[in-house]
Amino acid sequence: MFPQQQRRRGALALAAGVTLALTAACSSGSDDPATTPDPTGSSTDGAVAAPAGEITVLTWRTDLVEDGTFDRYVSEFKAKYPDVTDVKVEGITDYEGEVKTRMNTEDYGDVLAIVNTVNPDQLPDFFEPLGDQAAMSTEYRMLAPKSFEGKSYGIPVVGNTQGIVYNKKVWADAGITDLPTTPDEFLQDLKAIKDSAPDVDPLYTNYADGWPLTQWESHRGEISADPDFDNLFAQDDAPWAEGTDHYVIDSLLWDAVEQGLTEADPTTTSWEPSKNLLGTGKIGAMVLGSWAIVQMQQAATDSGGSADDIGYMPFPYQVDGTFHAIIGGDYNLGINVHSDNKVTARAWIDWFNHDSGFADDQGGISPLVDSQLPANLADFTAAGVEFIEMNPAPAGKESLLNDIDSAAEIGLWSPDYRKALVDNARGAGEGKSKQEYFDSLDAKWAAARATVAG
Amino acid sequence: MANTSPTLMRTLKTRRLRRETRDARVAGRGRRSGLRLTPYLFLLAPIALLVTFTYIPVVNMFYYSFTSWDGLDKTKDWVGFDNYVEVFTRPELFRVFYVSLYYFAASFLQIALALYFATVLSFRTRFRNFFKGMIFFPYLINGVAIGLIFIYFFKPGGTLDSLLAAFDLESLQQQWLGNPDIVNVSLASTSVWRYTGLNFVLFLGAIQSIPGQVYEAAELDGANRWHQFRYIIAPGIKPIIGLSFILAIAGSLSVFEIPFVMTAGANGSMTFVIQTVNMAFKFSKFGLASAMAVVLLAIVLVVTWIQRRVVPDEKVDLS
Repeated sequence: MFPQQQRRRGALALAAGVTLALTAACSSGSDDPATTPDPTGSSTDGAVAAPAGEITVLTWRTDLVEDGTFDRYVSEFKAKYPDVTDVKVEGITDYEGEVKTRMNTEDYGDVLAIVNTVNPDQLPDFFEPLGDQAAMSTEYRMLAPKSFEGKSYGIPVVGNTQGIVYNKKVWADAGITDLPTTPDEFLQDLKAIKDSAPDVDPLYTNYADGWPLTQWESHRGEISADPDFDNLFAQDDAPWAEGTDHYVIDSLLWDAVEQGLTEADPTTTSWEPSKNLLGTGKIGAMVLGSWAIVQMQQAATDSGGSADDIGYMPFPYQVDGTFHAIIGGDYNLGINVHSDNKVTARAWIDWFNHDSGFADDQGGISPLVDSQLPANLADFTAAGVEFIEMNPAPAGKESLLNDIDSAAEIGLWSPDYRKALVDNARGAGEGKSKQEYFDSLDAKWAAARATVAG
Repeated sequence: MANTSPTLMRTLKTRRLRRETRDARVAGRGRRSGLRLTPYLFLLAPIALLVTFTYIPVVNMFYYSFTSWDGLDKTKDWVGFDNYVEVFTRPELFRVFYVSLYYFAASFLQIALALYFATVLSFRTRFRNFFKGMIFFPYLINGVAIGLIFIYFFKPGGTLDSLLAAFDLESLQQQWLGNPDIVNVSLASTSVWRYTGLNFVLFLGAIQSIPGQVYEAAELDGANRWHQFRYIIAPGIKPIIGLSFILAIAGSLSVFEIPFVMTAGANGSMTFVIQTVNMAFKFSKFGLASAMAVVLLAIVLVVTWIQRRVVPDEKVDLS
């Protein structure tokens, strides 16, 4: 009798396991509520109908959904438009991956942030045009990346600039008083930190999480200080040749890792703790967009440090004695082309940019043309940093850079190629030298360019 | 009775027989019509799930593998066998199978451990239900959670290093995930920890299906525990051991969860499935990725087929 009973119990446990796996598989599907049709009866004509009814908003800021910030936004929005019955906010953790898959259906919310893997020539298939780019650019900046054939499909919620967030106290303790103006100077500073405080990681890559490594890519264009850099990049067969933007940026990462100025075991880093480590002076610096400043200040305060210790410096490279920093939009809000309630969706986007105060809360650069720089970029103002906004790609070539990148399987905006760079630099991985690694990237890029350009 | 002709007797008999069979048939039909549908109704739910979540996606995958779809485009351009040609003309795509060898080697350890524990715990052992639970428990934990737990375990100054320090073995401390020579061993041992429970339960079930009197007879003949294992248990659960090896090979060719969560394939821990996922979701090459998935499926089928030929399935007869 006993064995029989045992077997059944085992089978039950197995069945439970399978059920768990199945429900886990199902729950990531599309169970979001259907949106009600626009009660005013009008469809696309936004000028006449008033916002009403119900919309669904997809957001990548799950933290703001959890801490109630979005609840506040929704109630303020409803106070302004009393006919709006409900705004459902869906926070999605794996935003890029999940939303891209959902975009194969018609059911991907009314307002959503445009997924970055959508090529510009695909924008009209999925998003409602918000207006002519030329007309809108008097009101908003940073529209170029999500525009196609003169129409804009998305408005950035906030703008960022790029730099290096660092702990001022750590740098001062190492006797550093001036901002480094060349990569070599930067490396010397890191070495000075390492020498004065051996238990501090002077530079932290956040390798394990991966995405922080993609922040290095945001600096392309600052070395040449050319707003047309992206367009030239797509024409270049050797973008990692000596002296190019990628050569300078990736060399800095390579050299810092090779000289042991980054964390000892990059494979076990973790993002959330790294913020506290920077705040408490266990980390010297991290290369991150300006969006990180607020989070770092918060983490510093939370872990017993001081928000004043957090500083922000531009990439250590000067053209004619001036630092340059790229300025660009974060996620852009767009409207689902299949939405039943485009009027309200549009109202949400406009309200979000003008009235929600989101950009200020995040310490970011407002997308509105007539707005001031946020206070936490005072370091940049003091350093006399000049901002560069990238020029859009010429007509017909909007997708060229993405296409080459995909064909080359380098993944400029995915962490893999810089992870491999870090591995090679610390003597692991394929064991390539810096020049060999950059040459292999050049070769891939040139080959992909040849196939894409036809 | 004498005047009753044998012919009549026969006719009567056949008639009665016929009537009986007809009655039986009628009765049977009535009873079966209810029965006939019920099993299918029960099957409906699992089949619906299977078709929705397995067969339709697989059919789609075959279709995508002949297109150059990027995962988003409204149109899917037919490119014939181009993707397959690309898969087979790029040796770097296959180099990652070298990593699978680590997991394959680890699966031997895993099967040996599971077999050992299943045998020991099938005899009368103190707290055996507690130990059964302990060994099976890791299999119930979500793979992502296991990955995160083991990142802390392997971290410099993490659990493993502290444990070594407690035994004065500081000299053995390593970058368990950072050292490219060790990373795959660390990941494979995590996989052993996770999947031993599954093998264990399969073995335990099979061992307990061996009738008790066989052991009794063996004990009367003076067989000790090792003899019982060698001549009763091992031959008795041979098909399950064979199945475990098939699962081990298929599993080590398609390792995904643990390296994906812990290292995302960095530092030389890339596996074929991670590479496929990257191809689809990072480089937007759904067509090529689907072709890679089809190739992996074919490889697993071929390996299984070869194994079945080399080690044929035998019926077990202990009596």
